[in-house]
Amino acid sequence: MAHVKLSRITKTFGAHTALRDLDLEIRDGEFFVLLGPTGAGKTTTLRLIAGLDKPTSGRVEIGGVDVGEWGAAERDVALVLQQYSLYPRYTVRQNLEFPLKSNVRRLPQSEINDRVARAAKTLRIEHLLDRKVDRLSGGEMQRVSIGRAIVRSPRIFLMDEPLSNLDAKLREALRSELKDLQMKLGATFLFVTHDQIEAMSMGDQVGVLNGGKLVQVGTPYEIYHHPRDIFVAGFVGSPAMNLVDAEIDDRRIRIPSARLDLPLDARGDGRLGHVRGPVTLGMRAEDIHVDPSGPIEARIYGVENHGVEKIVTLKTGELIFKATTSAATPTEIDAPLRLAWDQGRMHAFDRATGTSVSERAARLPELA
Amino acid sequence: MATAVMTRLDPQSRAAARGWSDLSIRNLFILPTIAFLIVFNIFPLIYSLGYSFTDYRASTNAPANFIGLANYRDLLNDDFIWNNFIVTAKYVLVSVSGQVIVGFGIALLLNRAIPFKGLITTLLLLPMMMSMAVVGLFWKLLYDPSWGIINYVFRLGDFAWLSNRDAALYAVAITDIWMWSPFVMLLSLAGLSAVPKHLYEAAAIDRAGTWYTFTRITLPLVAPILLIAIIFRTMEAFKTFDLAYIMSSQDTTELISIKLYKMAFQEWQTGKSSALAYIVLIMVLAITNIYVKYLNRVKER
Repeated sequence: MAHVKLSRITKTFGAHTALRDLDLEIRDGEFFVLLGPTGAGKTTTLRLIAGLDKPTSGRVEIGGVDVGEWGAAERDVALVLQQYSLYPRYTVRQNLEFPLKSNVRRLPQSEINDRVARAAKTLRIEHLLDRKVDRLSGGEMQRVSIGRAIVRSPRIFLMDEPLSNLDAKLREALRSELKDLQMKLGATFLFVTHDQIEAMSMGDQVGVLNGGKLVQVGTPYEIYHHPRDIFVAGFVGSPAMNLVDAEIDDRRIRIPSARLDLPLDARGDGRLGHVRGPVTLGMRAEDIHVDPSGPIEARIYGVENHGVEKIVTLKTGELIFKATTSAATPTEIDAPLRLAWDQGRMHAFDRATGTSVSERAARLPELA
Repeated sequence: MATAVMTRLDPQSRAAARGWSDLSIRNLFILPTIAFLIVFNIFPLIYSLGYSFTDYRASTNAPANFIGLANYRDLLNDDFIWNNFIVTAKYVLVSVSGQVIVGFGIALLLNRAIPFKGLITTLLLLPMMMSMAVVGLFWKLLYDPSWGIINYVFRLGDFAWLSNRDAALYAVAITDIWMWSPFVMLLSLAGLSAVPKHLYEAAAIDRAGTWYTFTRITLPLVAPILLIAIIFRTMEAFKTFDLAYIMSSQDTTELISIKLYKMAFQEWQTGKSSALAYIVLIMVLAITNIYVKYLNRVKER
């Protein structure tokens, strides 16, 4: 178990800068999710902590000790990769024993058997122990790969998109299993993913990475409801937040593409009353609702039925946006629909810098 | 199948315009090769099987008399022939194991990012591309006791490699190792570079040492392709003729193929030598079969 701290980490590959001045702190026993699109530097960060790569500059600390000069073996971390990395031609048992049998940490056979049995039980792979790993399904392989991490009881678990190669149903199941496992072990987890649902459902803390920079760190709630900039707002959440060009002036809000011009109500004023000029306005689909007396008149453009609810794509003027409705709402394509939105839940972002102007500084989570 | 394809020839196609289907053109290319193989390989093979049961001598006009299995019985009871087989076995063992050690060793050294890797690899492959006879003559010069460079470099004085009864076979084997290690190296290199890098990273994270990683990950994954190299080299070494024939004429370097040559074209015992050729063929097939069985087991694991 350990606390991880990265300070002012920069990593370049030739002319390409993968990470720029990254500061990151993972507390002991925390499930930390690093979220970002492909190429954001997530895997690079993880490899730096694992000791597989060395930072160009900056400091990596594990448990308060600078481990910059330590190799992967000395750092005592476990790594679970997307491609499982099981040792081919061996059985599940041999794979689980592998990290316990190297001469760096030779354990007595009884201890090895004990640990393998415990790990197999935790992950429910006892019946697979004597099977060759080449004959396992994707989900089983990933379980074995996680098992190989837990037999060692390492100080940190590093997971690089471990669920990405699995089918949807299995991914969902393993997601909650992993979270349970982390709580049971009380271990420090660093989980890298591009899937915001994984991040939101598993993380104690989520760090959003974009273009080698850490944009925001916070609880899933903070990341979702108080995005610090337009990237976080657009990346987190499904369906993605509606983002439209708007102008705010004189307690009025104008959206040219939707031919809307209406006053801010009391809730809207509380949120955006201090803003003037052109902004990018953000609204979550679930904050827009059907209201026969609402200000927006739109036509239904497309419907996604999700069972509990429907996500409706609507068009008004040139603006296409999404709203959530109850499953009972009739949604004929091309039918007109009147909608309103909760002005107290609007976001506004500076058009030039993309930073949020609706979040007051005091409400933003401190960057680690 | 072929006729079915031809009857359904698309009238708009170029094949139809030509009046030839692609299939018949393919057959046209293959037929000469098959004819050649039958005339020069298959037919002599069967014909010599017939001779192996006779006392035929190609040097005389006497007709071939059928003598049953007498040739085979004589050969298998002949201590001198058995001695040839022992010499051959020794040669195969020394030269193939030498090639595996040297070839695989070089492949391990080359399997990393080093400058001029491509150039080094190509240069190392050169010996393999030379003619056996040329290599034999070269090494004869290198081994020469009075002015050969090998004795000069190792300060061996006038040690006569090729006329020394005990050393000659090893001298030939060393030449073979020099010539064919690159082949093992090439195949090993292909096997080594196919081992996924993330396995080594996983092993590093799992605190496996270099030796542990090598025996537990590298070796099992390269084993099948290494075994293929060994099969090829064993078959070739078993049949070695030119290298040993050119380099030395000791009875301790008389490999089975040399004995066969002498029997057939110096003593003109055509029938008996045909029988010996069949014994060698069966042995090579048997050894190869054992290897292939083992290879399949390694692959299945």
